Parts: sequence; structure tokens; C-alpha cells
Amino acid sequence: MNIEAIKSIYFFEMARTRRTLLQSVVSPVISTSLYFIVFGAAIGERIQQIDGISYGAFITPGLMMLTLLTQCIGNGSFGIYFPKFTGTIYEVLSSPISMLEIVLGYVGAAATKGLMIGTIILLTASLFVDLSIAHPFAMIFFFVLTAVTFSLFGFIIGIWAKDFEQLNLIPMLVVPPLVFLGGSFYSVDMLPPFWRAVSHFNPVLYLISGFRWSFFEISDVDPLASAVIILAFLAICMAVLTWIFRTGYRLRN
Amino acid sequence: MASIVSVSNLSKTYASGFEALKGVNLDIEEGEILALLGPNGAGKTTLISIICGIVNPSGGKVTVDGHDVVHDFRETRAMIGLVPQELTTDAFETVWNTVSFSRGLHGRKPDPAHIEKVLKDLSLWNKKDNMLRELSGGMKRRVLIAKALSHEPRILFLDEPTAGVDVSLRKSMWEVVERLRASGVTIILTTHYIEEAEEIADRIAVINGGEILLVEEKDALMTKLGRKQLRVDLAQPLERIPDSLSSYNLTLEDNGQSLIYDYDTSAERTGITALLATLAETGIRLRDLSTQQSSLEDIFVEIVEAGR
Repeated sequence: MNIEAIKSIYFFEMARTRRTLLQSVVSPVISTSLYFIVFGAAIGERIQQIDGISYGAFITPGLMMLTLLTQCIGNGSFGIYFPKFTGTIYEVLSSPISMLEIVLGYVGAAATKGLMIGTIILLTASLFVDLSIAHPFAMIFFFVLTAVTFSLFGFIIGIWAKDFEQLNLIPMLVVPPLVFLGGSFYSVDMLPPFWRAVSHFNPVLYLISGFRWSFFEISDVDPLASAVIILAFLAICMAVLTWIFRTGYRLRN
Repeated sequence: MASIVSVSNLSKTYASGFEALKGVNLDIEEGEILALLGPNGAGKTTLISIICGIVNPSGGKVTVDGHDVVHDFRETRAMIGLVPQELTTDAFETVWNTVSFSRGLHGRKPDPAHIEKVLKDLSLWNKKDNMLRELSGGMKRRVLIAKALSHEPRILFLDEPTAGVDVSLRKSMWEVVERLRASGVTIILTTHYIEEAEEIADRIAVINGGEILLVEEKDALMTKLGRKQLRVDLAQPLERIPDSLSSYNLTLEDNGQSLIYDYDTSAERTGITALLATLAETGIRLRDLSTQQSSLEDIFVEIVEAGR
């Protein structure tokens, strides 16, 4: 194992986070605070409690997931796409480093950054609403696993993308609807039966529901199903990556 | 000398169907400077990229110090430093960080003393805290060399290292290359400036259309293919070469205005004195004399043209 190389990539990526502190940390915090002000304080006052939880608290896990997914996909994809775009990828490819080590470096950094921002949002949220975490270990399980899985997913997008348009396609066009329709801001029980049924095909619903369960013990779906779904998505991402490494797809072709 | 890089029957066809390499065989000897010459699109960069691990080969085998570049990539890539053709740098990183990053990627523990030495050797020390985007093109080129040297490689690939670099910087770069060679580093370079190859290389390989056309010691190549010509401009044009001159290897050019004499500089006698004497005896009056030696560039063009 080339530990020095993993460390080099990891810290190189984290250094970029430091350089772009405003964009990468401050901006998600501000946008989340806005959500709390608008949905939590302004509108939330007029919304009745959901399953005994105040609306502001109810949306916190969903907001954390929204940020976590966007950030992890964004960081994971940008981290590998940018060197491909500038050409500096030559150096990583000509180094004595396996694809697994490349992933550990890039995905590790992307997930770390996502977790940092998720934590900051949790802390920000606790300024606005009363939060208690019923199952801390389950919460950490969902939190970390989601960060890793979606950073990995981002990494795949970064390898696949041929231009910035493709790079932004999934994070901008696919993720937000899935997150918004996945029950970030409501319980799917509030939906008419048809849309409730449709929602169950949305994988993000399972993530948010499981995560919310770890906070408040309320969920739209069985928390176990949530764990299975996220593990299954992780397995799919790993299978795709294995194929990419075997074939050198868009890297060594 | 033992060969440190051995390329056998290497082929590469890109997804587009373009056949960049067609069964290339090449042995690079330890400690030598090999110049790889070829026109644009000849396959130079593809060959280097496969040896360095950036591109997967379609067929054939490459070993570096006995290790296969695909299966034992950790061993082979740790030995190799690569300076790519394109000026690709992380615009927002500092010189120091980017060079240290390269060392780490190659699995080497941080060694600030070595990085300092490399930066000083390349006159980059006073720029170590500058961001790369603040540097000129020539400086960036030197940063790429510093990155390639950060992990103390045994083999250095320089892909068009002097493209777009001014004369004085080029000279100082060749001094660095000379020093590296003196320390035992094997150097493979591609260049469009053939006079550079002529000056610095031990051996020359010519590649075109994905095939190696020739690999030869530079001096032997220059002797074998390098011709010398004496041009005699005549006061009166000749219709044909007089019989008295038939024993010389002469051709008539410029409507009989000039006689061209091809001779071998390495032979015991060039025959020039005798030729001039015979010319005088025959009553042919001369207006001017000049000699011309074919350069590596002429030889290169000849080989590539012949290969077409």
C-alpha cells in the first residue's frame, strides 16, 4: 500500500477546501440558515408538528442530507475531473499507485469535506431548533455511509464526464428533485396515495427516512430498508468502479 | 551496457480506431541519453505514455529493469520521472507544494532538503512560494522538470522539454540534463529541435507512423548517413563531365555551372587535392569553392521520407 501517495492526494484535496473556504464551507452554511429562517421560523410557525416533532427540527435531517449529497457528489466528481480537465492527471496515472489508493485519496477527501459541512449544518441547526439524537450510532452510520457512497458516486461521474456540462448534469438536474421529493421537507404520509407510492421508488427517500429515524425514531420506511438501500447503492458504485479500473475507461484509454 | 527499458512488439490502437503504435521494439540502455525523433503524430508520446503507465497497451510488452509495466507497475513507475509535453500545472498551488506532492505520489517520504536542491538546481528556489499561475511558460516547464525529479528517478522521460523555451533557459536545462546523466540517470527525450539531439544524445531512434525506423549510435549514424560535399562553381559551364575527371565521383548541376563532389571525411584521403589538380590540368577554371555537411536534420528528413 502506497500510504504516502494516499496522504498526498488526501491533503492536496483538503488544501483546496482551505483555499476555497468561502465557497465550500460558508456558502452551504448560509443557504442552510436561509432554509431554517424561511421554512423553520417563518412558515414553520404555521405548520403543525409532524409526529410530535416541530417542523424546524423535522427538516434538519433532510437538509443535512440535501447538503451532504450535493457536496459529496460535487467534491467527488470535481476532485478527479479537474486534473483530467487540466491534464495534471498524467502525474497520478504515472505514479506507483493503485486505483484503490487513488480512490481512497480522492473519495476520502470528498467524504471528509461533506461530513465537515454536514456537521457544521447540524451545529447551525441546533442554534435554531431543539435537536436530540435518539440513536447516535445509527446516525453516524447513515451519515458516514452516505458521505462515502455519494463521494464514490461523484468520483464515477467525474471519470465519466467529458465536459463541465456533463459534470454538473447529475448534481444539478437529478439530485435536487430526488432530495426534494424524497421527503426532506415533509413526511410522505402527507402525500396523496399515488404520489406516496411513487415516492417509494426514490432511493433518496430511504436515506432521509433512515437518517431522520436515527434522530427522532420516526420514519416513512423501515430503517432497516434504508440501511439495505444505501449499502446496495454502495455495492453498485463499487462494482462500476471495479469495471472502470479493469478497463481503464476514460482514464487510460 | 544492460538495457533498462525493453519494449517488445508494442502496439496501441485507440478507441477511435487510430493505430498509434505498430509492433514497436526498442531497448534503452542504462545511463544513456536516447533521442526519440519523429514528426508530429509519429507515436512518440504514445510510446512514452505506455512505458510510464498513462496509457494501456493494446499488445506487446514493456519491461523496466526487468519488471513488467502493467503487472509490476509499483516497481516500474517508482523508477521513472516524466516531464510531459503539455504545460499542465495546478494553477493555484505553490511551486513548493506541487513538487512535494509529486514526491509523495511516488511513495517517498517528505525530504525538504532534496526538494530544495532540485529547486535550486533549476533556479526555482526564489519562486518556491509563488502560485504556478504567476509563473512564465519557461518557469512552468522547469516546475514540471522539478516535479519529475522530486522522487529521484533512475529514468527520466522528457517529452519536448524545450518547446517554447528561450535559448538561455534551454541551455541551462541541458546543463541539468548533463548533470543527471553524469549521476547515472537514463534519459529519453523527444524534441523537434534536431540540433539539440545532435548535440546531446548518445543514440538516436527515429519513429514514424507508429514504427521505429532506425536506432543507431549518433556518431555512427552521422558517419554512415552524413555526407560531405564539395561544390565547385565553374567560370565556364560544362556540357558533360570530361573523361579526365571520370574517375571521380562527380555530378554536374545548375546547367553545368557547378560540379558536386561527394566524399567521405572519415576516409584516409578525401581526394580533394588530386581533384583540384586534375581540374587545373584539364584547363577548367574555377570561380568559387564551398563544402557542406549533412546535418542530423537532413538525415532525419531522408529517413522519414524513405519510410513513406
